[in-house]
Amino acid sequence: MSINIKKFPGTPLSKEEFEKKVLSIYQVPKLEYAWDAGVAIGRYLAELKKGHIIGIRCPECRRIMVPPRVVCEWCFRPLNDWGYLEDTGTVNTFSLCYVTWDMRRVKEPEIPAVIEIDGASPGHGIMHRLGEIDPQEVKIGMRVKAVWKPEEERAGAITDIKYFKPLE
Amino acid sequence: MGMRKVAVVGAGMTKFVRRAQETGQELAYLASKMALDSCELTLEDIDSVALGTGPDAFDGVHMKGEYLSDGAGAWGKPYMRSYVGGGTGVFAAIQGWYHVASGLFDTCLVVCEEKMSTCQPHPQGAFMTIFDHTTERPLRPNLLWIFALEMNRYMHRHGLEKKDIALVSVKNKRNAADHPCALLGDPNITVEDVLASEVLAWPVQRLDVSPVTDGAVAIVLASENIAKRITDKPVWIRGVGWSLDTAYWTNRDLYYPKYVEYAARMAYDMAGITEPRKEIHIVEPYDPFDYKELHHLEGLLLADKGEAPRLTADGVTQRDGDMPVCPSGGLLGVGNPIAAAGLMKVAELFWQLRGEAGKRQVPGKPRTGLAQAWGDLMQVGTVVILGI
Ligand SMILES: [Zn+2]
Repeated sequence: MSINIKKFPGTPLSKEEFEKKVLSIYQVPKLEYAWDAGVAIGRYLAELKKGHIIGIRCPECRRIMVPPRVVCEWCFRPLNDWGYLEDTGTVNTFSLCYVTWDMRRVKEPEIPAVIEIDGASPGHGIMHRLGEIDPQEVKIGMRVKAVWKPEEERAGAITDIKYFKPLE
Repeated sequence: MGMRKVAVVGAGMTKFVRRAQETGQELAYLASKMALDSCELTLEDIDSVALGTGPDAFDGVHMKGEYLSDGAGAWGKPYMRSYVGGGTGVFAAIQGWYHVASGLFDTCLVVCEEKMSTCQPHPQGAFMTIFDHTTERPLRPNLLWIFALEMNRYMHRHGLEKKDIALVSVKNKRNAADHPCALLGDPNITVEDVLASEVLAWPVQRLDVSPVTDGAVAIVLASENIAKRITDKPVWIRGVGWSLDTAYWTNRDLYYPKYVEYAARMAYDMAGITEPRKEIHIVEPYDPFDYKELHHLEGLLLADKGEAPRLTADGVTQRDGDMPVCPSGGLLGVGNPIAAAGLMKVAELFWQLRGEAGKRQVPGKPRTGLAQAWGDLMQVGTVVILGI
């Protein structure tokens, strides 16, 4: 800090002061949203419902992308060359998460991962979860396969894939 | 390029604390007043005000720029609030720079404020909304995921272990013990402490992460003629750069922040720096997690890919090393009130280059420093180079 400055403002509060003395107003804003899936993700979700992962190819950079989109952000040109990808892939990275969003601990870790989808360009993956595996056995580079919900339970959502499990 | 020279002539900051009694407006005022006092100016001398602050959702105020404006000294003045996630603190300095460099204003007060403690039960609730609403949020992600995924990828590509990375947390928390505003300075912390701390989202453990914090920082910018009248020790903004990568973060290799490299190259070019490893004497890269300091040193071209951990282990990045990194104590030690934390890095360079950093002073009369911040969905890099 500047040697010319001797005193710094700001008043720290203890947890107790914060909870008992200071917080006088507590309000929970209620906001609800209904998101349109859009053109590209709308089709992606419709195909998930049928048990397929669909991607889209750019004629200029030749990338096959997933999730699909209507415009290639590299080439800034419209895309409409759709194609089915595999429901298998490779773990690009993962975590073993022992806390919930509000920092409560959980016993069995959740296993989020980025999974490079077979049929898409190298390095092109989606975020999902891993399951049916001992957390300590998960490795980057591991081959995995989607575990789908039964057809009648699918809703046209990313959660139509329950998780990815190790490929035998 | 037809741009005017711009100097930092004053700086101020509040203590960084877990919960401040002051409101966001009050924190902004305290930092702004201190910055003006430090260069003996009053608000009348200020032509324009640039504000940086994080998501409105932290405060539950959906016009946070306007809400904070009175505390930031913006009454009746040209005023602009910017937001690029965690990159905001350094971006606000860039925003202030072009207000003055353009010739539009002779002075600009740059203010960054963050009050995260308001958001209950944890500001993670606000962070969750950065994920794609249709393809990601139904998987119930939390913010730690993206850091853990990026850190694991970085470790995997370079064959690193946790202990290689924990050294950063130790260095920064020890450095922060010399910072009078620090929340988490600890002169005695060890690598073992970091490695033994609670696992949050492997490979991220409790002491790998900077804390939720309240605080504010302000700096005063002036054009060349005005700056020389205000102080005989102006610190010049020699280069600025910023860049944004795609929000399709699962389509790129997270082991290397290319957008930070683009931002750095832009700033180096402007500053006429061709050999950054020799010409940058102090680095304040963004360190909300310990691996991020390493990741960013590589993106800034100050270390070869995968080599930043070795520089750390060799002591190169210590305050008295060949390339001091986060002599302030960084976000890991001083605290992480998001936008304010980024501007704290610019203020630190200002004090360091003027030789006013006291116990934290980097030896050897450093002449050039670089501050960098990072944010959004692992996609933005913001860089400022200061020099005397
Ligand atoms: Zn393309």
